[in-house]
Amino acid sequence: MKRSNAGKNRGLSGLRMKRSVFAYPYIVWMTAFIFSPMLLILYYAFTGDGGFTLEGIRAALGWDNVRVLLDSIRLALYTTVLCLLFGYPVAYLLSRMKKSTAALLSVFFVVPMWMNFLLRTYAWKVLLGAFTNILYTEGAVLLGMFYNFLPFMILPIYTTLIKLDRSYIEAAGDLGANPATTFLKVVLPLSMPGVVSGITMVFIPSTTTFAISQLLGGGKTMLYGDLIYMKFITEQSWNAGSALSVILLVFVLISMTFMKKAERTTSEEEGGRLW
Amino acid sequence: MNDRHLIELIDVSKAYGGDVALSHIDLYIKDGEFLTLLGPSGCGKTTMLRLIAGFIMPDEGRIEMDGRDIANVPPYKRRVNTVFQKYALFPHLNVFDNVAFGLRIKGADKRTIGRKVEAMLELVNLKGYGGRYVEQLSGGQQQRVAIARALVNEPQVLLLDEPLGALDLKLRKEMQVELKNMQQRLGITFIYVTHDQEEALTMSDTIVVMKDGVIQQVGTPTDVYNEPKNPFVADFIGESNILPGIMLQDYRVRMNGVVYECVDKGFGRNAEVDAVVRPEDIDIVPAENARVSGKVVSVVFMGVHYEVDVDCGGYEWVIQTTDYVEKGETVGISIPPDAIHIMQKTRQTNLFDAVAYPDDGEIELFGRRFACDGLDGFETRDDVLAAIAPADVALVPPQDAELSGAVKACMFLGTHYEVTVACGEEDWIAYADDYMEEGEEIGLSVPADRIVVSGNEAE
Repeated sequence: MKRSNAGKNRGLSGLRMKRSVFAYPYIVWMTAFIFSPMLLILYYAFTGDGGFTLEGIRAALGWDNVRVLLDSIRLALYTTVLCLLFGYPVAYLLSRMKKSTAALLSVFFVVPMWMNFLLRTYAWKVLLGAFTNILYTEGAVLLGMFYNFLPFMILPIYTTLIKLDRSYIEAAGDLGANPATTFLKVVLPLSMPGVVSGITMVFIPSTTTFAISQLLGGGKTMLYGDLIYMKFITEQSWNAGSALSVILLVFVLISMTFMKKAERTTSEEEGGRLW
Repeated sequence: MNDRHLIELIDVSKAYGGDVALSHIDLYIKDGEFLTLLGPSGCGKTTMLRLIAGFIMPDEGRIEMDGRDIANVPPYKRRVNTVFQKYALFPHLNVFDNVAFGLRIKGADKRTIGRKVEAMLELVNLKGYGGRYVEQLSGGQQQRVAIARALVNEPQVLLLDEPLGALDLKLRKEMQVELKNMQQRLGITFIYVTHDQEEALTMSDTIVVMKDGVIQQVGTPTDVYNEPKNPFVADFIGESNILPGIMLQDYRVRMNGVVYECVDKGFGRNAEVDAVVRPEDIDIVPAENARVSGKVVSVVFMGVHYEVDVDCGGYEWVIQTTDYVEKGETVGISIPPDAIHIMQKTRQTNLFDAVAYPDDGEIELFGRRFACDGLDGFETRDDVLAAIAPADVALVPPQDAELSGAVKACMFLGTHYEVTVACGEEDWIAYADDYMEEGEEIGLSVPADRIVVSGNEAE
């Protein structure tokens, strides 16, 4: 009896070993491509000519650089607001349609995402150059960002709206709310988790974007991503580039903390509410 | 309650994509009454409630409230509030804000809202729960919040869609009493949807029994229990013995070969009828001084009484009694005259459109040929009406039959079962000796001399 038990235990622990083995490739990947580059960046950001120094960080916080950061944040905010203003109604309409129609229409938003975004941005460059005079302006950069990030706003909002129980809408109508009030007091608050994750998925990538501004802004609109790119590639100054990256990283972490907090207060499990 | 008709449904029909949910409904609801829509699932009771609430519009007919047609008035303009089946309480609001929702929309001032909401929470025994969120409440508490949220708007009519369905038995019983008390205290008209006949009998002033989108009977609980209009109502409301009989003359009915005295009249002489006898109305007496006796085939203790099946040769009576009898014992049964309720026989015939082929001695039904006598006088390809009595439809294994379908319903009628078989678009009615599972595949066959063909007058 005892022996067979022991055998069983050995078998179980053997199984557990085997399962954790599946995580190894990921751990190797993380170490090679996430942790080590991070450590390298931290190392370069805090070292200078042969020793530890805060000189790099101090330089990175210089007004010229901070202004680029603020510019990037401003553009990212514009992009997010545009995506939200345009994406919410689209998601709402899609959610009210017949499932088959909505599936067909959402293909139009999803299929372009299967193409590399650089390709799409090049296409915009050609189109804007041929048919408008806004190429190489901030407007063109904004348009490119809006276009590239829109699906990331629509999809999470659409997902929350489609899961919204119709009986809430009926209940609001039953209690005297007309369709507009029902939307404001019931549909919108209940779709906030989708809105928050949409904002996260648009705002954070927008602040770090760089290729779009290079292609459509023609170097006139300098974003923080471009600045880092320039330091690393053009000036070959790894210390300065790393210091800028650390600043951006801190900013992204701060924004994500805010988003997580917003997500918690809007999700029903936590019993939070918007008003 | 007064006699004023608060809501009136006039010839209302509703279909969902070809499926009839309600068919030509006429019904009035009196001001201040507790009316229950009762029926099995799919009978149209919830559709009727949603029509009154305004969530759906009727295809045909009028819905009047206070004499005004409201069929196309959106829900938010109706003085009607609903307690939803799964409550539909807003998860992003706390209990207070849920209850205050309707008042805020009407633009009531803060003090009034506070006063009314607190009073309503007290009424439903949830004082001090205002700050809680919905998911922190038990099912029974959520249910009471849903009632408070609807009642605080002082509606003329409160609609309740199986509101106790999610609660356990004990809580359900308590809530039944509470709801009834609340309705009497407030004097608001309640329209209550349920499939639970006991719930309907306990709470209602009026019960509307429905089946397949058609009202079967409207009456007080005593009426529908004691005087069911047809076998379906008798079978659905409580347990009963339903058996065919012959009304020999006024006050005399023959059931299962025995003549009984009864209290019904006006059916004519020797009329075929259906008789209902409630199990608790039959007395078990010593066999030697009884006119009818039989053998006890089963005894089941039900808590307050025993349920006894007595086989009297040809019919097995279900009897509820507090006296214990032994299985296998021979007992006499006695049925007092006022325990027998006589119903007009619901004579059902299968009527189908068909095409005549007199040369082949056949008709075409649903694209299949059936041998058929009596086609003299019809031309080839004439449109005819074929009538087949349910008793003439033979149920056979599907592989042996021209036509087959799935069993849609099976109801015991005392001596036999009435089986509804869905064959494509049409339903066939047939009789069977044994119970058939719903959904079972069964073949239908009809002898050639049993199809009665007549000219199709609809042409």
